[in-house]
Amino acid sequence: MDTIVSSASTDLQDYTYYFVPAPWLSCKLLRLLQCYPPPEDGAVKGRLVECLETILNKAQEPPKSKKVQHSNAKNAILFEAISLIIHYDSEPNLLVRACNQLGQFLQHRETNLRYLALESMCTLASSEFSHEAVKTHIETVINALKTERDVSVRQRAADLLYAMCDRSNAKQIVAEMLSYLETADYSIREEMVLKVAILAEKYAVDYSWYVDTILNLIRIAGDYVSEEVWYRVIQIVINRDDVQGYAAKTVFEALQAPACHENMVKVGGYILGEFGNLIAGDPRSSPLVQFNLLHSKFHLCSVPTRALLLSAYIKFINLFPETKVTIQEVLRCDSQIRNSDVELQQRAVEYLKLSSIASTDVLATVLEEMPPFPERESSILAKLKKKKGPGAVSVTELDDSKREAGELNGGGERAAETAAMAASNASTPSPSADLLGIRSSAPMSAAPAAAGSLLVDVFSEAGPAAPAAAAAAAVNNDGFLRELEQPTDASEALLVEGSGDADSAPASDDPAPPLSDADDLLNKFVCKNNGVLFENQLLQIGIKSEYRQNLGKMYLFYGNKTSVQFAGFSTTVSCPGELQSQLNVQSKPVEPLVEGGAQIQQVLNIECLTDFSEAPLLNIKFRYGGALQNLTLKLPVTINKFFQPTEMASQDFFQRWKQLSQPQQEAQKIFKANHGMDTEVIKAKLLGLGSALLDNVDPNPENYVCAGVIQTKGQQVGCLLRLEPNGQAQMYRLTLRCSKESVSKRLCELLSEQF
Amino acid sequence: MMRFLLLFSRQGKLRLQKWYTPLSEREKKKIIRDMTTMVLARQPRTCNFLHWKDLKIIYKRYASLYFCLGVESQENELLGLEVIHRYVELLDKYFGNVCELDIIFNFEKAYFILDEFLMSGEIQETSKQTINRCIENSDMLQEDYNNEWYEVELFG
Repeated sequence: MDTIVSSASTDLQDYTYYFVPAPWLSCKLLRLLQCYPPPEDGAVKGRLVECLETILNKAQEPPKSKKVQHSNAKNAILFEAISLIIHYDSEPNLLVRACNQLGQFLQHRETNLRYLALESMCTLASSEFSHEAVKTHIETVINALKTERDVSVRQRAADLLYAMCDRSNAKQIVAEMLSYLETADYSIREEMVLKVAILAEKYAVDYSWYVDTILNLIRIAGDYVSEEVWYRVIQIVINRDDVQGYAAKTVFEALQAPACHENMVKVGGYILGEFGNLIAGDPRSSPLVQFNLLHSKFHLCSVPTRALLLSAYIKFINLFPETKVTIQEVLRCDSQIRNSDVELQQRAVEYLKLSSIASTDVLATVLEEMPPFPERESSILAKLKKKKGPGAVSVTELDDSKREAGELNGGGERAAETAAMAASNASTPSPSADLLGIRSSAPMSAAPAAAGSLLVDVFSEAGPAAPAAAAAAAVNNDGFLRELEQPTDASEALLVEGSGDADSAPASDDPAPPLSDADDLLNKFVCKNNGVLFENQLLQIGIKSEYRQNLGKMYLFYGNKTSVQFAGFSTTVSCPGELQSQLNVQSKPVEPLVEGGAQIQQVLNIECLTDFSEAPLLNIKFRYGGALQNLTLKLPVTINKFFQPTEMASQDFFQRWKQLSQPQQEAQKIFKANHGMDTEVIKAKLLGLGSALLDNVDPNPENYVCAGVIQTKGQQVGCLLRLEPNGQAQMYRLTLRCSKESVSKRLCELLSEQF
Repeated sequence: MMRFLLLFSRQGKLRLQKWYTPLSEREKKKIIRDMTTMVLARQPRTCNFLHWKDLKIIYKRYASLYFCLGVESQENELLGLEVIHRYVELLDKYFGNVCELDIIFNFEKAYFILDEFLMSGEIQETSKQTINRCIENSDMLQEDYNNEWYEVELFG
């Protein structure tokens, strides 16, 4: 290889192409070298490096011929050599020289060279050594972006800016890209929008800047902002409390512009609906003003946006009761409830009924703020990968992530409302005589039960269609049930096919003994409040619970997985033995009939009188196809649910620790780790426990320290917790100090199962 | 590896086409359509390289003809330009001051020269003299053959 490069031009007369010896052969050889890893042998490496340096040197010499072919050939070898250098990525001085050479090319007269230089710099920017060198050329690149006449060169410049972006120049680059976006070619706009969104998110030091950038993005290139981008900004706004007020204000101002893009209306509607109360104090953005602003855009929007705005209106009713009448007027008007689009009609009717029937409490629960979303791979990145290389990301994966994101926004809300509708219907047993009432309850329960009633008819005919329909209903039901669970931080696997004991158990009227794996189920719920409690082929039981001070509210969802109705469905909650005096559980009665594929809800009110160690039992009895089913489960109410986190400084902590130094007050356990010792998982569990995780208290940074107060009716029990993991031995030492002995024992037992 | 080589006039009429991968007729037609629209739409001072699907397109304009080469993404673009130029030089040497009419009327010779130079998407031979000698040899064979026929005619 280097014989060719260093030979005089007269040797290979025939193969000399405009004074460049054998260009094609050289390039092929250089590319071949790229396939191999860099040579380890010192001598070979030396020769190779020398060779590459010669090539780079030759590039500096004045051209031997004026012809463009000569320079093309010379530069072809040069670029090939540069890509070899980038591939090896081990010789810093070569890399820097290459980078400088490319920098010179950036301002060359010939467009081809500029294009290629930008492209090579893109690959160069990803290597660590040359990243700094690349950044020095940022001014040139920005200039190129603005002044180039050739659109493909501008595109390469934009790509390069994206590649060389990092924390120091992020703001500048994003600003440049935004200004370029205004004049950019239509074909590349969508890609640029995605890139700007990703950059803004990755390097956002200050989240209000991020919100600004995204809103600007929507303003400039609204059409090309795909769904993922604005889902993402909403996810981020919801996850971060500090930026919510700022987001609400900015969105409000943005909406006041006369020509507002539809995506902006979507984002604005959603954010004002969730956080409008944060800016309601200001007279310029009072609730009525906000509502009028949104409503003025209502008629300009497409159906999905209108649906979103209707949801925002019902949230307004919840946040600002004074606007209730106005909004109800809007919902009542013909264009909504007789709208040709089924979705809009349904929403208008339901929201109208909801606002008039439900009490403020129910409304508040239904329309509670969206909880923070779980962190997941950004669907934007997935979409960008898809655009760049069709083979890279499978379409189904993408669809899943899109669907999930959609589900989070649309599904979570809708499902919560429909569940509450079930609740409100259960509490008003007499069906209202007016058509609207019947109609409003019908579409809602139609969703879960229409399939069921259809099935009952078909089943009586015993046609072959029944199993197919049943399967469809089961799938439907599962999906529906899954949607009902609010997205939470826990990612524990759902229980699949619990023991089939329930079916085969002999029919008896007495409460069956608790299931054998009831304890495991209980353990799963120590650190989380929502999930599926139990599932077998007939029944699925999900719970959602929340606790405040010493009171708790638990929603139990019983789902009938079969196509046949359950008759005589009854549930009883009992507190065995001492628990009776320690815990007070009240439940509202459930309907005795559960249709096939339907789900009913039961609310339990729990009051903690004093600390307890046992769990209350839930006994469920029903008749399925003639056989009596009887099963008992333990309700996952544990003492840690009444934990209130308390923040305290390290001196306070140690002071209290010393105060609780009596032997009965301390419970210590050393146990082997049951799960992997991942820091984030442990932190999440401790937070899920309900206690406050304290930083900088324990001198050893590996240890976890928590503090909280257990609220009972009678007294408050202070609790301090210290968890010391030992990575090498895969063991933990858990120390608990509480002012009451039984509490420390019980908590210690519970927690040792968790890790 | 090169995927295809197309030659078309400024009006979009296809003069030569050489495919180095098996493609159906429909796909070929589609590619030709796409190429002609994309390349003809380019401004004069823009650079000669384009991205299309996962291929790089290198094109050069000589008088009224556009030479369009489709290569895979790892190939060196400047080299592609040189390939095109080399081919033009070969045609020039053979036809003597080649113009579009030469290619139209002697398209089979143009294909022969191309095949001597490129084979299955890679460069076969870079020396101009060698290629020329090969083409001249094959021409001589052809002439002998023609002469034989002629003699038979006279006497037959």
